Amino acid sequence: MNNNIIECSDVSIYYGPTQAIRNVDITFPKSSVTAFIGPSGCGKSTFLRSLNRMNDLIPNTRVTGEILLDKEDIYSDAIKVDQLRKKVGMVFQKPNPFYKSIYDNIAFAPKYYGKKKKELDEIVESSLRKAALWDEVKDRLHKSAYALSGGQQQRLCIARAIALKPDILLLDEPTASLDPLSTQKIENLVVELKQEYTIIIVTHNLHQAARISDSTAFFYMGNLIEHTETKKMFTKPSQKKTEDYITGRFG
Amino acid sequence: MSKQKWENTLGRTLTLICAAILLITAISITYFIGSKGLATFFKNDVSIGEFLTGTQWNPDGEPGKFGAFPFIFGSFVVTFLAVAIAAPLSIGAAIYMTEIKPRFGKKVLKPVIELLVGIPSVVYGFIGLSVLVPFIRNTFDDTMGFSILAGGIVLSVMIIPTITSLAADALEAVPQDLRNASLALGATRWQTIWRVVLRTALPGILTAMVLGMSRAFGEALAVQMVIGNTTALPTSILDPTNTLTSGITANMGNTIAGTVANNALWSMSLLLLIMSFVFILLIRLIGKKKVM
Repeated sequence: MNNNIIECSDVSIYYGPTQAIRNVDITFPKSSVTAFIGPSGCGKSTFLRSLNRMNDLIPNTRVTGEILLDKEDIYSDAIKVDQLRKKVGMVFQKPNPFYKSIYDNIAFAPKYYGKKKKELDEIVESSLRKAALWDEVKDRLHKSAYALSGGQQQRLCIARAIALKPDILLLDEPTASLDPLSTQKIENLVVELKQEYTIIIVTHNLHQAARISDSTAFFYMGNLIEHTETKKMFTKPSQKKTEDYITGRFG
Repeated sequence: MSKQKWENTLGRTLTLICAAILLITAISITYFIGSKGLATFFKNDVSIGEFLTGTQWNPDGEPGKFGAFPFIFGSFVVTFLAVAIAAPLSIGAAIYMTEIKPRFGKKVLKPVIELLVGIPSVVYGFIGLSVLVPFIRNTFDDTMGFSILAGGIVLSVMIIPTITSLAADALEAVPQDLRNASLALGATRWQTIWRVVLRTALPGILTAMVLGMSRAFGEALAVQMVIGNTTALPTSILDPTNTLTSGITANMGNTIAGTVANNALWSMSLLLLIMSFVFILLIRLIGKKKVM
């Protein structure tokens, strides 16, 4: 049985005349963690952003090929972008809570999908619990999100993303601006969350990829060089380029 | 003394002199207006209560009447009308030029708005007098056209550029991260603008409105040309009235320095000065209050 939630074939992405991603074929199985690694500018973030069409916001971006989410082409005209993004949540490199209370940050999206106060209370609590933040903030839900530490803010952003019960979570270097302790908390969280969500994480930190992902994809200059089981990737990569990168010969 | 040291001292002294001149000017103007304005009450024994709430204005009468309430009321009504007209238009335009069509906004809208700022107020008043006043006279019954409405519209056109460009600055200052966060949560562009961008820019937008208000409150010439300059309390926005500023400009030529009639005009100036302090205070308070 086919267990893949996203199937990409022959995907290329262009910024104006520049090709940022070259003919990538990749699939993502349900309830797994996939890590994207590669040197800066290799296209891994660009590719991640094409999965929830955040690239649409950049003028002159063009995507060719096919990205299927549950067998549906996400670039077809029948797809509503806001509905797609509801299914494919995203957490950014820098924590970006709204200038609202902790509660309102999480209730923000469910609110305009018509959830009532009582449901909202439940969503806020369960999302915060899943993001392992509930105990730290339950007494100050109506205080500003900016009173939280950077690591807490990032977990709040994760809670905010899962409040919509997405199928997929895209994490774009979520720990790049965090201290080691906060990073560890987020990593534990990712492993926890994969029970329910399919997670794709871009990371600069090879150890992080090794610690938390099931499979790893190595991008280099817009090409997907290798995509395989994480354990295999870090012990017996099949490509010379991959081996050079993970052993620190370039990057 | 070495050359560098000498340059340093010279630079510091020069800038200090500039700052001191500014400070002295501000203090002496305040003192001057204050002493003149308060003389009405302490030298000429006009009651402050009568000045602020009385509706009879006849400084040359026997005894003189010093009820400035129609002027005060006129100033506030015209100002609020102007902001009520200008704020929605300005905020809408600011959203369009920052969020919807930033390129068109920068290339076309912004220069056009800057052009509006450069037009002298007498020209606005003249246009109001030649176009707006006859238009109101012909559209509504029983009005000469000189009215609160005319004043409010002229003022709104004059403060639209101020509010628009300041509101646009506030919207531009909202971090792109927040827009991305909202869009990535499946919010539409409209929801993002309404619930994230506008909310985050709210203090800046309020500041823009207060600045527009303070400009409207202080504008004299254009208002005086279209407001009708009567001292009766208006009963509708089609009635003529008067404002503090137009009252001063219309009457200052007819009074002699040192007389109670002249001092009463200074009291009105003092009130304008106090209001501008209030506006500045308001802006400070808004600036201090964070969105969350």
